[in-house]
Amino acid sequence: MNAIDVDRLTKKFNSLTAVDNVSFSIVTGEVFGLLGPNGAGKTTIISMLATLLDRTSGKAFVNGFDISREQDAVRKSIGIVFQDQSLDEELTAYENMDFHGRLYRIPKEIRRDKSLELLKLVELDDRKDDLVKTYSGGMRRRLEIARGLLHEPRILFLDEPTLGLDPQTRNHLWEYIRRLNRDNRVTIILTTHYMEEADALCDTLAIIDRGKIIVQDTPDNLKDAIGGDMLVIESPDSSRLKSELNGFNWAKDVRIHNHTVYVNLMHAEKHIIEIVNLSGKRGIEINSVSIHKPTLQDVFLHYTGRTIRDEEASAKDQVRMRRFRRNR
Amino acid sequence: MDIVYTLWLRNVKRYIRSRSRMLGSLGMPLFFLLMLGFGLNSVVSIPGFDQGYIGFIIPGIVAMSVLFTSIFSGIQIIWDKQFGFLKETLVAPVSRMEIMIGQTFGGATIAFIQGMIILVISLFLGNHIASFAGFLIAFTFMIMIGLSFTALGIAIASRMEDMHGFQLIMNFLILPVFGLSGAVFPIDNLPPWLKSITLFDPLTYGVEGIRYGLLGVSHVNPVVSCTILGAFMLIMFVTGAYLFKKVKI
Repeated sequence: MNAIDVDRLTKKFNSLTAVDNVSFSIVTGEVFGLLGPNGAGKTTIISMLATLLDRTSGKAFVNGFDISREQDAVRKSIGIVFQDQSLDEELTAYENMDFHGRLYRIPKEIRRDKSLELLKLVELDDRKDDLVKTYSGGMRRRLEIARGLLHEPRILFLDEPTLGLDPQTRNHLWEYIRRLNRDNRVTIILTTHYMEEADALCDTLAIIDRGKIIVQDTPDNLKDAIGGDMLVIESPDSSRLKSELNGFNWAKDVRIHNHTVYVNLMHAEKHIIEIVNLSGKRGIEINSVSIHKPTLQDVFLHYTGRTIRDEEASAKDQVRMRRFRRNR
Repeated sequence: MDIVYTLWLRNVKRYIRSRSRMLGSLGMPLFFLLMLGFGLNSVVSIPGFDQGYIGFIIPGIVAMSVLFTSIFSGIQIIWDKQFGFLKETLVAPVSRMEIMIGQTFGGATIAFIQGMIILVISLFLGNHIASFAGFLIAFTFMIMIGLSFTALGIAIASRMEDMHGFQLIMNFLILPVFGLSGAVFPIDNLPPWLKSITLFDPLTYGVEGIRYGLLGVSHVNPVVSCTILGAFMLIMFVTGAYLFKKVKI
């Protein structure tokens, strides 16, 4: 049985389609990533799967339970760490855990033992009786993950788990997430807009943009599908350079983005000289040239024609619009 | 029931921990009690009430304390919404009804305690205990006011996005409800048009009920007060539960 099956799930907010006919399956025991810019619909998908938001159409099953007809069973199967903090700052870490345990009707002794065990796992046991408002961002995140695991969910949702954390804390959290998945056999579905995070953690990745899943595969397969090398050339005359490069049959794919030409090709080091010579001959100025193996960043650019950063800018407008609509 | 208890416990824990909130919400009622009580005690005498003006308004100020605290407690849900904690409760496998009941009981408990503090202080200001049964009657009305207005606060909070509308609620809901309730003046001597307005104010029946309990006299028959306040409580509870059920986050 799959941990999650999603079939043509759609969510509309008035005229805005936040999630558009999305289908995917998550195999039990894997780490599944939804990668996309802010406003792509990741959180909306998570909210629907976690029964916090009604769907407009389509179907989804979490741990075999229908999200619209068996909400309580779904809620018991999942743990969730929200994008925004959801702790009670006026309570201590232990009290937050205890509150959660009571809500999930965990018997007293088990609740206490499990809370202490999990607080130890996230290295907060020495601070467990301090009010959460004295905690740093990283500590709060870790506490939220510990809390999400208290009722031993089969499936854990992590919505942007490392947003706003420093690199060291982020690595730390990645380690926890891997360990949870490996040792506790928890299926994990996480959303992120950090390419490295998706690359480092996920067994399967779905790239989502403007409410649609564009492509879904393992991170390695996604990068291999692009293949070869990426050659990045910065030039003030990028469009001319692009048309020149189109003439070469070794240039598999040539794209311009922000005055930068991205060329996908095999054995880039062999062709650099050729390109530089040609530009010299045609009088095309080149500011810099670099080579790298395709990253998820290139995968995203390849499938959407944009980088994830452009998306952030326009997504902010969309979110603002949505806010505005909701308030009316 | 343990879910209701869990939410109740959280509310009470937060209340006990936050001394500033406790003291802060005592300020206004104490101010009213001392200023009006001592200021007008010598010049105002109300026929039928031999405890003086200060004795007359003590029930009103107790009701005021319960009213303010309970509405604020209900509105606290907006903070939970904004700080995200509400999501934690809504995603748990519990019904919204249980959450709503727990919040209402928690808020009413806190409001009751705040009212009790005023009541105890008033004992030092010359308030005489009419009878033990009278106290129980006053308690009952305090609890009913607490439950009604916490539920009203929850209903309002369910429809509000943030605290921006707070002044509106303060000026157009809480103050009129308090001012028109006959907490600080006898409703019997009012012009008929004003009296009929006060009779539409649910808090009037709360004040009258507490007054009957503490002083043994009131303008409105306590059975009538109890019935009307009870009906109001029920309506507020149903409204609060209904609106809370529809909360979107």
